[in-house]
Amino acid sequence: MIKFNLNGKEVISSSKENERLLDVLRNEFSITGVKCGCKEGECGACSVILDGRLVNSCMVALGNIEESTIVTIEGYRETKRFDVLDKAYASVSAVQCGFCIPGMILASECILDKNPNPTEDEIREGISGNLCRCTGYNAIVKAISIAAKEGQGLW
Amino acid sequence: MEKISESVKKKDHDDKIRGSALYVDDHVMDDMLYGKLLHSTKAKAKIINISIPKLPQGYFVVDKNDVTGVNRVHIVEDDTPVYVENTVEYVGDPILMVVGPDFKEVEAILNNIIVTYEEEIPVLDMTKSDTVFFNYNYEKGDIDKALKEADCIFIETFQTGYQEQAYLETQGMIAYPHDGRMTVRGSMQCPYYVYGAVSKALGYEAKDIQIIQDVTGGGFGGKEAFPSILACQVAVAAKKANKPVKVIFGRREDMEFTSKRHPSISTYKVAIKDGKITGMDIDVLFNSGAYTTLSPVVLQRGLICANGVYRIDNLRVVGRAVKINTVPCGAYRGFGAPQTFFAVEMIMDHIAKEIGVDSLEFKEEYIVKQGDSTSTSGKYHFHVPLPEMIDQIDKLADYRTKRKQYINQAGRYRKGIGMSLFFHGCGFTGSGERDFIKAVAKIKKNSDDTVEILVSNSDIGQGLKTTFSKIVGDTLGIPYEQVLINNPDTDLVPDSGPTVASRSLMTVGELLRRASEKLKKEWKAGEVQVIEEHFVEPDFIIPFNLDKFKGDAYPTYSWGVNAIEVEVDTLTAETKILGAWGSFDVGVPIDMNIIQGQMQGGFLQGIGYSSMEQMSSNDKGMIRNNSFSDYIIPTAVDVPNLVTEIINNPYSHGPYGAKGAGELPLVGAAPAYVEAMENALGADLNKIPFTTEDTMNVLQGVHK
Repeated sequence: MIKFNLNGKEVISSSKENERLLDVLRNEFSITGVKCGCKEGECGACSVILDGRLVNSCMVALGNIEESTIVTIEGYRETKRFDVLDKAYASVSAVQCGFCIPGMILASECILDKNPNPTEDEIREGISGNLCRCTGYNAIVKAISIAAKEGQGLW
Repeated sequence: MEKISESVKKKDHDDKIRGSALYVDDHVMDDMLYGKLLHSTKAKAKIINISIPKLPQGYFVVDKNDVTGVNRVHIVEDDTPVYVENTVEYVGDPILMVVGPDFKEVEAILNNIIVTYEEEIPVLDMTKSDTVFFNYNYEKGDIDKALKEADCIFIETFQTGYQEQAYLETQGMIAYPHDGRMTVRGSMQCPYYVYGAVSKALGYEAKDIQIIQDVTGGGFGGKEAFPSILACQVAVAAKKANKPVKVIFGRREDMEFTSKRHPSISTYKVAIKDGKITGMDIDVLFNSGAYTTLSPVVLQRGLICANGVYRIDNLRVVGRAVKINTVPCGAYRGFGAPQTFFAVEMIMDHIAKEIGVDSLEFKEEYIVKQGDSTSTSGKYHFHVPLPEMIDQIDKLADYRTKRKQYINQAGRYRKGIGMSLFFHGCGFTGSGERDFIKAVAKIKKNSDDTVEILVSNSDIGQGLKTTFSKIVGDTLGIPYEQVLINNPDTDLVPDSGPTVASRSLMTVGELLRRASEKLKKEWKAGEVQVIEEHFVEPDFIIPFNLDKFKGDAYPTYSWGVNAIEVEVDTLTAETKILGAWGSFDVGVPIDMNIIQGQMQGGFLQGIGYSSMEQMSSNDKGMIRNNSFSDYIIPTAVDVPNLVTEIINNPYSHGPYGAKGAGELPLVGAAPAYVEAMENALGADLNKIPFTTEDTMNVLQGVHK
């Protein structure tokens, strides 16, 4: 039994300790905003925030997160910071197929959390672990820089 | 910018950004079983025996014997089996499926199934194939005379590789029987293709089949025909188990065993007289893989584009799509055109070098104009904006100056710049739209005066829900929010054709615009009204005859110019892309943000195709690059300076002046990139992908 904080609530998982966090979130907790794109840590679609750091949840074993805090898009979307990113992404139509987007939003949060005024290069570096096949990344990069401007004080 | 082009919030934005959009794998049904396919591990073999362990209760093995209809997937030629019969034709051919309530147990059962094969020698090299699936040829003018009278004949062969669509969401499908019917839902571009295929495989009347498109995580052509195959397999399983069955492909399974872009080998013989091109004799070979799937239509488009944007009065084009024992190739954005556009752009560049003139100036001499005849003796009916687009890119990239400047360089870091000119024929090739698709679109006004769009075209990220709604809302003069559109469900929407060929917005969008015009005239507040529109071929078209390959292959063309600048580290062979500039004419953009997103995304996919996306099979016919670790696609740091410009060249027969857009940006990236590499390396290059290893080979050759 592994106890952790999921989107602000204390939860206990009865899955095996060697299960991937991705599978535990999707199958045991019905957290479907966490997407499975490759299951080998390459695409970033399953990104979650683990104790403030962006991780691929397919590469994290459940046994490693005892007493940790996990934020997925389901929790993050209730924040003011999300509202700023939401508007910024909408304003440049940065969402196409949407499969990378929950991970991309959490990556955006981690970039801005560390550095509220990132340069374009820093933004690109910050999302370079999240693959997107649709957009060519320009709109996403632009959205994050708009959010940085609009969200002054929030990050 | 036209008013319609002003961007709005996309219809699908909220659900996707909040993570609440449900893709097929997010659906869990009561009593649902999970399935996984057993794929052949041999490229060519007879199946002698399949040994299956004793199955726990509630688990099933599903194979050819369970196909109640015809054991063929309806695509074009219907040779793809739902489950293999007695032979396997490629590594990956689906032999059977195990289904059951626990996926881990399903995997364990699969691991314990032993297939005994009698191996045969596979054909793994397309030049050694003895089975020609399709061949076409066409001519205009007198190419033999041109070759005979030429001062010299320039001959060169070009190769292009596989390209994997690499949509972020892998293939997936759920099928469930109910009330004597079968419903299949999942990730797909073309619900009515799946509908026809499942009906044939189950032997059900069409009315007993329902297909629903779930939110789809990218397609790029990869979800045009392949979902029909998977849907048949899953539907057969669901029928046997009499329960819902879900199958979601793993990434490696998806990369290895689903359709991808056809590799090609094209040989060009170009007749030159008095320093001018007098004719082209072109031979094109496409690797179709083990089954025919969409190869005839992919080959047709490739052949029609073989002379590029150039007026070549004496032309012969011969093409074959051949069978070999590898994964069947299929649709991928560009659909045969990126292969031949790469070849023709490179040969123009190489001839220019041989003659001693600047390659862009050489190309400019031959650019087609409005009124000129097309390769298939049709007509360019509308303005060809390439000259102004070249100017635009030259200004943005400082192309002409850099191109000359980079010819002679010394030192460790060397730069290069290249340019490509290209088009994309909008919509289906030939008379497909008129003779086969016969699109029907409907709009329904509800009693609360909201207007619902009823079409079978799917929003797979390209923004169709938004652009269709803008057309309907604007034409009716009602707010965008008052227009509703759901994912297509064949119980509710008519067959407005597949979501392919850059046709949806231009063709179906125009039907919706016409329907909206009618509804506006007949509008009765508070009443339910339904308007239906049918496709009518524009009257200016010179009918295309496929047997003769003559006539208008496309009503109109979208145009593009790309320039790419690189810097090569001659010590490590690593290449940095300093800039990528694209000018695109897609008619009037129905939404500027959406069109920019399409152009940028497609352009970057094209740069991946040119430079890093390498996939090949080994001597057993097994694809090795089957993961994102081995098949590298561009990340956000690979091309930071990617600039796209849209020019305004309205198409009189498209809605609000729009024409085809989605595929165009992929078509021209490869020749621009490879020309840039040539400019930097000072060598003639003729293959894509042109990878770091290829660069190193050239550098070592130079330094020998």
